[in-house]
Amino acid sequence: MDLLEKVVERLQREFGEGVQPLEEFRGEIKASVDPSLIVPVCKFLHDEDDFSFNFLIALTCVDFWPQEPRFMVVYQLYSQKNKIILGLRAYLPGSDPRIATVESVYPNANWHEREVYDMFGVTFDGHSDLRRILMPQDWEGHPQRKDYPLGYEEVQFSFNFDEIDKRKKYARE
Amino acid sequence: MGIEQKLGNLGFVTTTLENAVNWSRTRAMWPLLSGLACCAIEMMVAQSADYDLSRFGMELMRASPRQSDLFIIAGRVTRKMAPVIRRLYDQMPDPKWVLAMGDCCSCGGIFNNYAIVPGVDEIIPVDVYVAGCPPRPEGLIHGIVTLHEKVKKEGIRYWYEKS
Repeated sequence: MDLLEKVVERLQREFGEGVQPLEEFRGEIKASVDPSLIVPVCKFLHDEDDFSFNFLIALTCVDFWPQEPRFMVVYQLYSQKNKIILGLRAYLPGSDPRIATVESVYPNANWHEREVYDMFGVTFDGHSDLRRILMPQDWEGHPQRKDYPLGYEEVQFSFNFDEIDKRKKYARE
Repeated sequence: MGIEQKLGNLGFVTTTLENAVNWSRTRAMWPLLSGLACCAIEMMVAQSADYDLSRFGMELMRASPRQSDLFIIAGRVTRKMAPVIRRLYDQMPDPKWVLAMGDCCSCGGIFNNYAIVPGVDEIIPVDVYVAGCPPRPEGLIHGIVTLHEKVKKEGIRYWYEKS
């Protein structure tokens, strides 16, 4: 849409090489942002009166293992005034993925970033309370990574019922 | 139950005592007010008007485990929730029974991954399993009636061994 294209053009003028439009799909534009620029970009989009992207809808991550760059942190920003959605993507390397936190701009990013840390291991610099949110506190590993084992157990059919029954632990009291 | 040790099976006296105790236990079994996931919705429905659980003596569900007899595990148990379930079970005083409602707590259900405990009987001993995803309220009532049948068969020797 026109307003979205204007937004991306404005971003490219402000931040130069750091912002590149990726593709446009059914009225929504995605732009890739350099990870070091994510907080200035979000602040700019939040404070600017014409655009006023005041609502962070989603903050997730995608794992492209074994491709490099491995992680892509996705920010979906929504402007309630203009009713448009802009998607920002920040590509991070596989070893020690770090990115600045957007908690100062969008406070609801607190829990979303905790979830991304828990599931993918992306560290958010400057986060006030970075700890696991979905898995138990002493869990090791980051479950949603592509190289994490599925963790399934063998299904107990009738032909292997007794063998599995011996191995399976039951609580007796 | 020292009376059974000292005098042996007194026949008529002990069977009447067993019947009386089991009758009173089945007729007023209070479940714990706790549900985990989708099966909890069916448990709520079973408690409410159309499929009434009050006619089985479960007029109310006690929120405190110290005041309840029956633990209906309704829903999937995650690895994070497992110690909590164990603690709730430990806090319930004897006599207590456990009813695993639905597929996820009986055997893991449709889930087979790192996060869900495949069957709550790895954590606490279960008396009755109710199949279904989720089981209909009538299914849960069938499970409760089965549990009542099981309780009626308990004898003095069983209580003695349990304590």
